[in-house]
Amino acid sequence: MTKSRKRVLGGGALALLVAALAVTAAGCGSSSKKSAGSKSPGSGLPTSIGKGEGALNLIEWPGYALAGWRKPFEKNTGCKIHLKDAGSSNQMVALMRTGGGGGGGQYDMVSASGDATLRLIYGGDVRPVNIKLIPGWNDFIEQLKSPAHNTVKGVHYGVSLQWGPNTLLYNTQKVKPAPTTWGALYDPANRGKITVPLNPIQIADAALFLSKQRPNLGITDPYELTKPQFDAVIALLREQKPLVKTYWSFASDEITAFKNGDVTMGAAWPYQTLTLQADKVPVKEIIPKEGATGWADTWMIAKKAKHPNCAYLWMKWVSTPKVQAEQALGFGETPANTKACPFMDKIQAGSCAQYHANAPGAYFKSIKFWKTPVTDCGNGKKNCIDYGQWQSAWTRITG
Amino acid sequence: MLDSAAAGLPFREARLRLSTIFWRRPWLKALALLALPLAAFVFVYLGALVALFVSAFWQINDFTAKVEHVWTLDNFSTLIHDSVYRRIALRTIGLASAVTLTDAVLAFPLAYFMARIAGGKTRALLFVLVLMPLWSSYLVRIYAWRTILAHDGALNWSLNKIGLPHVGLLYTNWGMWIVFSYIWLPFMILPVYAALERIPQSYLEASQDLGGRGWRTLRSVILPLVLPGLVAGSIFTFSLTLGDFITPLLVGGPSSSFIGNVVEEQVGQPNVPFAAAFATVPVIVMGFYLLIARRLGAFEAL
Repeated sequence: MTKSRKRVLGGGALALLVAALAVTAAGCGSSSKKSAGSKSPGSGLPTSIGKGEGALNLIEWPGYALAGWRKPFEKNTGCKIHLKDAGSSNQMVALMRTGGGGGGGQYDMVSASGDATLRLIYGGDVRPVNIKLIPGWNDFIEQLKSPAHNTVKGVHYGVSLQWGPNTLLYNTQKVKPAPTTWGALYDPANRGKITVPLNPIQIADAALFLSKQRPNLGITDPYELTKPQFDAVIALLREQKPLVKTYWSFASDEITAFKNGDVTMGAAWPYQTLTLQADKVPVKEIIPKEGATGWADTWMIAKKAKHPNCAYLWMKWVSTPKVQAEQALGFGETPANTKACPFMDKIQAGSCAQYHANAPGAYFKSIKFWKTPVTDCGNGKKNCIDYGQWQSAWTRITG
Repeated sequence: MLDSAAAGLPFREARLRLSTIFWRRPWLKALALLALPLAAFVFVYLGALVALFVSAFWQINDFTAKVEHVWTLDNFSTLIHDSVYRRIALRTIGLASAVTLTDAVLAFPLAYFMARIAGGKTRALLFVLVLMPLWSSYLVRIYAWRTILAHDGALNWSLNKIGLPHVGLLYTNWGMWIVFSYIWLPFMILPVYAALERIPQSYLEASQDLGGRGWRTLRSVILPLVLPGLVAGSIFTFSLTLGDFITPLLVGGPSSSFIGNVVEEQVGQPNVPFAAAFATVPVIVMGFYLLIARRLGAFEAL
C-alpha cells in the first residue's frame, strides 16, 4: 500500500469517527429532551385493571417467579412471563436504566430491594401504582403497607412483596461461646474468619451497632447519618476490614466460604442459613441484641412498561396469601401478607413462626428496613449523607 | 432510467452496465462491498466508544441520580486526586503485568517443546491439552480454582498429606494471580508457538556453526525472533486481565477490587459518567501498550 493511499484511508477513518461522534451526540441530545417532560407523580393512575397484553417481562431475584405460581398465572391471565435474573441491586438499577431509563420498554417490572427502590423512584424509572387495585395489600403487615423505601409523599411506587432480616450467621462448632452481639463482627479476636456483603448498604449495619454501642453519637436511623455520625461509622468499618476474609457478592459465595471453612462468622440472610443447614453444615443464625437491618422487596412497574395490565395482574397475584406462602418457603423469606401464615404451615408445619410471619408489631420495631440514603433526613434538614457518598466511602474501604 | 426499465430492458444488459460502472470506478465496488461491515463498525463499535468518552465529561444529579449533560472535568479530577482510584488502577495494571510475565515464562518452554521437539502425535495431544480448558466456561474454571484453593480444598488437603503447613490462598491477590495466569495461559502459548515454528532450522544450525552454544543461540537467535509472538500473546493476557471483574469478585479478598469492579459498582449506583471516566483508563493504557507492541512487531506475529 502506497503512502498517499494510506493517507486517504486515514482521512476516511477520521471522517467516519467524526460522523459517529455527531450521531452519538445527537442521540444523547434527543434522549435528554424526552426525559425532561415527565409527568408529575400521582396523576393519571389506572382505576381498573384491563385485559392482559399477553406478555410480561420481569427483572427478578432468581427464584421470585418459580413455576409453582408462575404457570397458573400465565394460564389464568394469558400473560406469558419472560424472566431476567439479576445478581445484585446495582445490576437491577443498571438494567432498568438501559435503553434510556424506565426499563427502556424492554422490561415491565423489577423486584427491587429497599436499597435500590428510591434510586429508581427519584431517577424516574418507575411509575406510581394505584394500590387500591391490589386487594392483598390490605392484609399486609403495617410496616410494609407504605414503607419509606417505596412510598414517597403518600404516592406508592410498587407493592411490597417479601422481607427478611440480615442475620448474624456462625459456625456452631468453631465459634464458642455463641455470639449475642454484632460486636462479634468487629472483634479483633475473629481476624480472618469474617465475611460481610460487598454492598454499601452494609454501612447501615455498622451504624445500627454504633447506635447501641455509642449512644452519644445520637444515631436514630441507620440510613440517616449526619457527617460526624457517618465518619464514626466509616472509622469502625475501616477497623473491621483487616478482620474480613472476603466481602461476598452473591449469596452462593457466602455459602461456599462457610462450607469450605474459609470463614466461621458473617452477616447473612436466612436463605444462606437454610441452604447450609440443608447441606449439614453446622451453622446457626441469630438476630443479635442490637436488632438487625432487613431487606424488603417491592415489585415496581417500569415507567416505559409495555404491558401494564399484566403487571397489575401479577402484583395482584403475588400478593395473594397462598402465593405469598409458596414464595416465602421457596426462597427462605417472610411474606408481607399476614394471611399467608396458615398456608405456610400447611406446606411446612411450624414455618410461620419460624419465619416470624405472625410476629407482633414489637418484633418489627427491631428490624430497620433498607432504604436508599438521601440528603433529606426527613426532619426538614438536608444534612444527611446520600447514597453516592455511601458508595464512594464503601469503595474507599473495600477497594 | 425508469422509462427504459419499463420498456423491458433485458436484465442481462442492466447487470452488464452495473459491472461496467464498478469496473470503471473500483472505489465504488469497494464501498459497496464494505458498506455494511463498515457501518456496523462505525456505529456500533466506535459509536459506543465515543459515547463512553463523551459521557465521562458529564455528571449526575445528586438527588435523582440522573445524568445531567453539563460539561465538567470533575470525574477525572476525582480519579486523579482520590488515592483509592489510583490504588485500584495500579493494582489492576500491576496484576495484569505480573500475569503477563508469568504466562510468558510458563508458555515459552511448553511452546518450544511443542514447536521444535515433540513429534506429530505428541504435538497434537499437547494442543488438545492446551486448548481443552477453553472448552469449558470461564466461570467453571474460576469455581474449580476456588475448590482447589479453599481452606478445606484440594491444595491444603495435599499439603497436609505430605506434612506441609496449610496455605490460605483463596481470597487473596496471590490467589487472583494464580487463577488469572492459569485462565489466560493458552492465549500466550498459541502465538509463541506460531513464532517458534516459523524459525528456520538453518538459523539454529548457523548459530551452532559459528560456535554459539545453547544459551547463546537462545539469547541471540531464538528470543529476538520469538519476541513478536511473546508481545502478541501479552496483548491478550494483559488486556484480558485488565478488563476482568469476575475473578476479583470470586477469588479476591478484602483489597482486590479492579477497575472493572468500580465501573460495575458505579454503573449500578447509577453514576454512569464516573464509570465512563474510570473506564477510559484501561482504554488509554491499552492504547499505549498497543503502540509499543506495534514497534516490537507484534502485529506481524498475529
